[in-house]
Amino acid sequence: MDAKQGKKLDFSPILVPLLSILVALAFGGILIFIQGINPLSAYRVLFTTAFGSFDGVAITLAKATPLILSGLAVAICLRAGLFNIGAQGQLISGALASAWAGYTFVGLPALVHIPLALIFGAFFGALVALVAAVLKAYRGVHEVITTIMLNSIVIALSDYLTSNPFKEPDQPLTRTPKIQESARMPDLLGLPLGFFLAIGLSITLWWIMRNTTTGFSIETIGRNKNAGWYAGISVKKTIMLSMLIGGAVAGVAGAVETLSIIGRFEPAFNAGLGFDGITVALLGRANPLGVIPAAILIGGMRASGSTMQFEVGVAPELVDLLLALILFFVTAPLLAKFFKNRKENVAMTSGWSN
Amino acid sequence: MKTLLEIEGVSKSFGSVIANEDISLTVREGEILALLGENGAGKSTLVKAVFGLVKPDTGTIKINGTVMESGDTAAAIASGVGMVHQHFQLVPVMSVTENMILGDEPKKFGVVNIKQAKKEALALSEKYGLEVDPDAIIEDLPVGMAQRVEILKALRRDVKLLILDEPTAVLTPQETDELLEVLRNLAKRGVGILFITHKLREVMAVADRIAVLRGGKLMGTTTPKESSESKLAQMMVGREVVLRVEKSVAKPKEVLLSIKNLRVNDDRKLESVRDLSLEVHAGEILGIAGVEGNGQRELVEAICSMRSRLSGEVVVKGKAIPNLNPRAAHLAGVSHIPEDREKHGLVTSYSIADNLVLNRFDQAPFANGWIRNLEEVASNGEALVEKFDIRAPNASLSAGSLSGGNKQKVVVARELSQQLDVVVAAQPTRGVDVGSIEFIHNQLIAARDAGAAVLLVSAELDEILSLADRIAVISNGKIVAIFSSKEADRNTIGRLMAGLAS
Repeated sequence: MDAKQGKKLDFSPILVPLLSILVALAFGGILIFIQGINPLSAYRVLFTTAFGSFDGVAITLAKATPLILSGLAVAICLRAGLFNIGAQGQLISGALASAWAGYTFVGLPALVHIPLALIFGAFFGALVALVAAVLKAYRGVHEVITTIMLNSIVIALSDYLTSNPFKEPDQPLTRTPKIQESARMPDLLGLPLGFFLAIGLSITLWWIMRNTTTGFSIETIGRNKNAGWYAGISVKKTIMLSMLIGGAVAGVAGAVETLSIIGRFEPAFNAGLGFDGITVALLGRANPLGVIPAAILIGGMRASGSTMQFEVGVAPELVDLLLALILFFVTAPLLAKFFKNRKENVAMTSGWSN
Repeated sequence: MKTLLEIEGVSKSFGSVIANEDISLTVREGEILALLGENGAGKSTLVKAVFGLVKPDTGTIKINGTVMESGDTAAAIASGVGMVHQHFQLVPVMSVTENMILGDEPKKFGVVNIKQAKKEALALSEKYGLEVDPDAIIEDLPVGMAQRVEILKALRRDVKLLILDEPTAVLTPQETDELLEVLRNLAKRGVGILFITHKLREVMAVADRIAVLRGGKLMGTTTPKESSESKLAQMMVGREVVLRVEKSVAKPKEVLLSIKNLRVNDDRKLESVRDLSLEVHAGEILGIAGVEGNGQRELVEAICSMRSRLSGEVVVKGKAIPNLNPRAAHLAGVSHIPEDREKHGLVTSYSIADNLVLNRFDQAPFANGWIRNLEEVASNGEALVEKFDIRAPNASLSAGSLSGGNKQKVVVARELSQQLDVVVAAQPTRGVDVGSIEFIHNQLIAARDAGAAVLLVSAELDEILSLADRIAVISNGKIVAIFSSKEADRNTIGRLMAGLAS
């Protein structure tokens, strides 16, 4: 399945993301400099806060955990040739579902309650993705359009649910009740348990893509749908499967965030995790293992943004800016390739509905 | 006669691959120069250099005596070079007129003057005798017509040197003959023509001079009078090539593939296979001769269950094949060499080894249940690369890095290395060099001799005549006649193909 098994080593999967990061940092540096601050000291603070101490690393990895998962959700779909912009909606759906399972079921042991809540998250994440998957596989509606729209639908729906049926009683805030203690995900070796779950899922999906017939089917459909059909692979089934895996993984991302960090569902708290997943997936070259370092980098930047403001006076929005720049530089070559691969098999005019 | 194009000592290499080595050529006014060579001989690189798309490492290119700055396509166009690419550069949803004026529109008060444009289009097609409906939409036109539009588009810009990159690769025999006639007329009017091809018959028919490239080097220039098809073939590949296929008499046995009252729609939802019935026996090659677009593609795809059958049956070894299930067709014993190897036959970014198991990746020994056996895939790859003479250092290389002929050999190797019951070969040698054609033909005959029922669909009547044991002529979605290879007569078949009663 790996086209790059040849004798010559191809460094571009590492080189392009690395260069994008460096160029983004350079641009960011210029902007910091314009503010009258030494960019080097700003970056030093950013780096040492995120990676300079055990506590710092623990916070960084906690921040990275949902990003690994949402990055994975986007990456798996990219492998199948699908651009899942809907990780955000799938993640929110999973976060809310796991919160509901977390506070509703009482008297379960943690060993049952935590997996149950995670499964709720995965199921409801996949449920959101299912809508886009069915529309794509059976009606040919482009997944970018449907997943973007589903994001809005899920956000509105979750707002309604948390301010009405699932609302914490006798509280003015729009949020669900706190989850039971038995649903709380503990730390392991000072690191959140979810981090190990995320790493485990990454390795599992990497292995599946590399070594199984399912992985080969997904990869084939992603690279050349027509050849996949010719070879007897069901295009519809493969689209459904990869979207459902993506949705479930995004749902788990939301569940982990609920069960280990927030402890309930509050609409404002998950903002942007799913969208950062797109950056992570592209920076990780849509490789299930590549998303790990990408997520840790972005998690670290997210974790230390406020310290950078506190210590050297750089606005924390700089982190958003840096992420946007990284995304910009890393997508240019990658997207060009992605769409070129597709275009080989599609007439110029079929565009959005093929 | 004035010299239009002078190529002097042009060399170009890509990394360690030498595409062109010290090539010098001229094209004069009103002359047709055929550039002949196998796939990968450096023909395309050379004409791209002329058109300014590729920058030569050394050497100069002069057009009308002016040295061209390399990498400047605009200057090449301005000095009268026009190029008709192998893949048409047309907008499928626009009309013929709109396509012809694209990029250089006649304007009236800043608005495109479509009336004026239509007049120009008509005048141009009359002047050169290239009939085409200016209001037709490109995607509705047959390939030959679309190509005319490409040529007219170039002529509209007052072309002095017309470059055609493998123009006949997509054409039917009739369309090819028409194109050759068009080229002769253009030459009479003083246009210099540089014509790239690897089809010997066309070269002999139309060229004034022939330049042969092999491995990036100019092997020499000659004329049709001084040369012959077999001499040219030898110059191209550097050895004797058997142009007539040598085969024993077929020993047909039981019916393996039977098609009963098949009806199939094409992409535009028009019925293109109409109540067609056909039987192919074990140990014979049945050739389907016909002008392209008469239902051949739909027939092949329906047999392989890739396209929905409106009614009728496809029966392999007595078992009906379910509709729209390529996998079931394959498991029932149908091998399929698809018409479009880049679209259906290969995943070009995959390794050769993965492509060689593309439709068997989930079966033993290439997978144990859910887990792929990558070692088995790799060793199968190496073995087939060796056995089918695929020119690649190893099977882990990406299939996209191979030349057209070797890509096709990968497809042929995959399809003919499995258990052989029914082989459906659609245009198996299209865009393939002479050496590979010979190899693929021999493989198809070997499959027949091993007891397979081979259905051969080809737009090249020569290929059908030399390979098939029986020949069925398809016209308008129906089989209009079946001949044994002994009774087959070029003229009769040609008339039937054209839809005329014999």
